[in-house]
Amino acid sequence: MKIKLPLKTKDIEKLKVGDIVYLTGDIYTARDAAHKKLISSDNMPLDLKNQTIYYVGPCPAPKDHIIGSAGPTTSARMDVFTKRLLELGLKGMIGKGPRSPEIVESIKEYKAIYFVTIGGAGAFLAEKIKEIVEVAYLDLGAESIKKLTVKEFPVIVAVDSRGDDLFA
Amino acid sequence: MRQISVKEVEKTIYESFLKANTELPEDIAKALHCARDKETNELAKFALDTIIENAKIAKDNKWPMCQDTGMAVVFLEVGQEIAFIDGDINKAINNGVRKAYDDGGFRASVADPLTRKNTRDNTPAVIHYEIIPGNELRITVAPKGFGSENMSKTYMLNPTSSKEEIIKIVVDTVKEAGGKPCPPIIVGLGIGGTMEKATYIAKKALLRDLDKANEDPEIACLERQLLNAINNSMVGVQGFGGINTALGVSILTFPTHIAGLPIAINIQCHAARHYTKVL
Repeated sequence: MKIKLPLKTKDIEKLKVGDIVYLTGDIYTARDAAHKKLISSDNMPLDLKNQTIYYVGPCPAPKDHIIGSAGPTTSARMDVFTKRLLELGLKGMIGKGPRSPEIVESIKEYKAIYFVTIGGAGAFLAEKIKEIVEVAYLDLGAESIKKLTVKEFPVIVAVDSRGDDLFA
Repeated sequence: MRQISVKEVEKTIYESFLKANTELPEDIAKALHCARDKETNELAKFALDTIIENAKIAKDNKWPMCQDTGMAVVFLEVGQEIAFIDGDINKAINNGVRKAYDDGGFRASVADPLTRKNTRDNTPAVIHYEIIPGNELRITVAPKGFGSENMSKTYMLNPTSSKEEIIKIVVDTVKEAGGKPCPPIIVGLGIGGTMEKATYIAKKALLRDLDKANEDPEIACLERQLLNAINNSMVGVQGFGGINTALGVSILTFPTHIAGLPIAINIQCHAARHYTKVL
């Protein structure tokens, strides 16, 4: 199934756990350090409403490419920050591995969705990224927030908006 | 005495990290194909196909196979008849790491543990030295990603613990980790010694070829038992379910104290990167 970003409520509602989905459009990168900064920020550097965050800290771009290896990092480490971001309107998350029961419940409550992609396939996934723009926290290096434009980026629905969990 | 220039060590470290981060070892590649052939879970098949294609893209382009190019772990087995010349061996190793991570386009993933300030060049490396007989220098590099390192555990069991208890504690560790460490994993198990000896031999166990078992038939049997028990857990590739949770279990043992039984479980993701060169 192919889906255009940003996510729309009708798309989120039709997705079920285990569906393989190809995403096209803009996503934002954020991992541990950026999450910590975001949730304590009085001055949000981006509007998260209806947006999707990809938990990734890519490698530097090789010559003639826009980005280096860019696979998902472990999502569970972001659990402590996620509820706040859902309150701010975040709709989609992409990472790897399971979420805590509290976050599965929050995903249901906020009608959001959690996707996983393939951990350890960073070279393959980098080829699906077509544009990259630095957005915030450049001092964090690989952990800065970047806007990525992806084309047919492969993901699997791991927690759907009904709270069904692939890992449960 | 055989003199070895630290410049030569630096060059070897540099070349070895470039290779290790971009080329999956043959035994792991073979094991992934074998896992794909046996797999019946559709999502796990999708994941294994992607992982196999990823390894090809990485090798063909000399790109890192995973964005987590790891903390740089280095093992140096130094023949006792060797004298290092031309400078500081530790500096030379870190220079090799710095250049490889810069030239290879690898991520700088190392930070101060408390301030979290990134060192920006992936140094310092974690360096382990062993003195061995003879005049050879055996250099092994093993970039270690932290998705899997974070799921590793050390236990101080009672000396009276049974084999069944050991199996249970390992399987429970793997189940608790679930999809987080990027299964199919490899489990390095260090049994015995002191706390730090157990963790050290657990890491060393991960360097062994998957098609080789422990030389002691009884320990080799425990490796097979553990692999079966782990794969029966049905955590599966990426935590998606199915029969391929682990590609291998590798055990190293060391005599321990009568009062204890240290067990270190070092979890390694499917991107099990390591490369050895002998000078």
